[in-house]
Amino acid sequence: MTAIDTSLQICEDCDTVYRRRALARGEVARCVRCGAELERHHRLGVDALLALVLTAMIVFVQANIWPIVTLGLNGQQVSSRLWGVIATMWRDRAPVVAVLAAATLFFFPVLRMLLLGLVLVHARRGRRGPGFREAMVALHYLRPWTMSEVFVMGALVAIVKAHMYFEVTANAGIYAYGALMLLVTVFSGVDLRRLWDLTAEPAR
Amino acid sequence: MSALPRAAELGLIGCHVCGLVCRDTGREDAACPRCGAALHRRKRASVTRTWALLVAAFILYIPANVLPIMRTVSLGDVDDNTILSGVVELWVKGSPDLAVIVFTASIVVPMMKFLVIGMLLVCAQRGSRWAQAQRAKLYRMVEFIGYWSMLDVFVVALLTALVQFGFFSQVEPLPGVVYFGLTVVLTMLASMSFDPRMIWDAGTD
Ligand SMILES: [Zn+2]
Ligand SMILES: [Zn+2]
Repeated sequence: MTAIDTSLQICEDCDTVYRRRALARGEVARCVRCGAELERHHRLGVDALLALVLTAMIVFVQANIWPIVTLGLNGQQVSSRLWGVIATMWRDRAPVVAVLAAATLFFFPVLRMLLLGLVLVHARRGRRGPGFREAMVALHYLRPWTMSEVFVMGALVAIVKAHMYFEVTANAGIYAYGALMLLVTVFSGVDLRRLWDLTAEPAR
Repeated sequence: MSALPRAAELGLIGCHVCGLVCRDTGREDAACPRCGAALHRRKRASVTRTWALLVAAFILYIPANVLPIMRTVSLGDVDDNTILSGVVELWVKGSPDLAVIVFTASIVVPMMKFLVIGMLLVCAQRGSRWAQAQRAKLYRMVEFIGYWSMLDVFVVALLTALVQFGFFSQVEPLPGVVYFGLTVVLTMLASMSFDPRMIWDAGTD
């Protein structure tokens, strides 16, 4: 079988092998050859991460319930939620866009939060829960495909453009998304691979 | 042995998914003992796959730019916008800062991705040792900012959903936006299938 040495690490970008060392507070270990980040010191423990995931879930629910933007014209008001946007694209001959939006703005973020929550609940006790392996692999592949922060920027541009073309008044309800964007940014900075080290294989 | 040994020199493979350092048994069907992902020394058929995705993305990028992405109907005035005309309009009508952001996300970033990934592929095929550190940095940058190109797609989707004031004011998506969304997805897949280790496989000076 392939023997394992967890005291070593390999730079993902150039294949250089390093011996792992303890990192000081705030320290980032970088590859000498290519400059890629190897590992960073983690300020957030498992509990803090779990709290972050739960907060993100609550904010995500709010971001989906509240209208993103409301436009007014001659006393008429139109507001839209994420699913309203997706449904409109589906009906308006752009189902590809609807699928892209549904995946990158709803399903993938939801899946990421749920899987991470599941993994962390067990990791708190230093254990790997059922489905840990599959969840970690899925999280690895989902990571590049969540785009909430791009959507927030898109909402800002959309408000300005709506102003340009139409005599509309806009009131933005994108604060929940703004908050979500910040949380997502914090998430992306977290290297989940350390959860493999923090947890033990379940006893068979 | 050099001061910076590479995995192959030590007979090791790093798992692409979980990062575990495994011994290279020489078998092609080895799996990571920790996460179960298939172990490979390099991403499979990286050059061919990346070229294919990049060319496909570039082909779709042409209609994405030529065809209009959105139609606005305002008091009977029908106006079709391409990506570029949308940027110009933002600039002219008083939001130059947003125009710069949209221009960067929709034009600069995709063009940069085509150029950078194409250059990385050519260098990898030639076994070039030119500017390795800079190429590694460019690759990481392209990976990091690539998905922001989806900005214009979301803008069109939001405007369509928001501007529905009956006959007088309306926004409709046009085919260009679909091509553009697919271009972004394909360029993301292209940068993911490129293996940055190839930059260093030619050895270092
Ligand atoms: Zn490196
Ligand atoms: Zn693995």
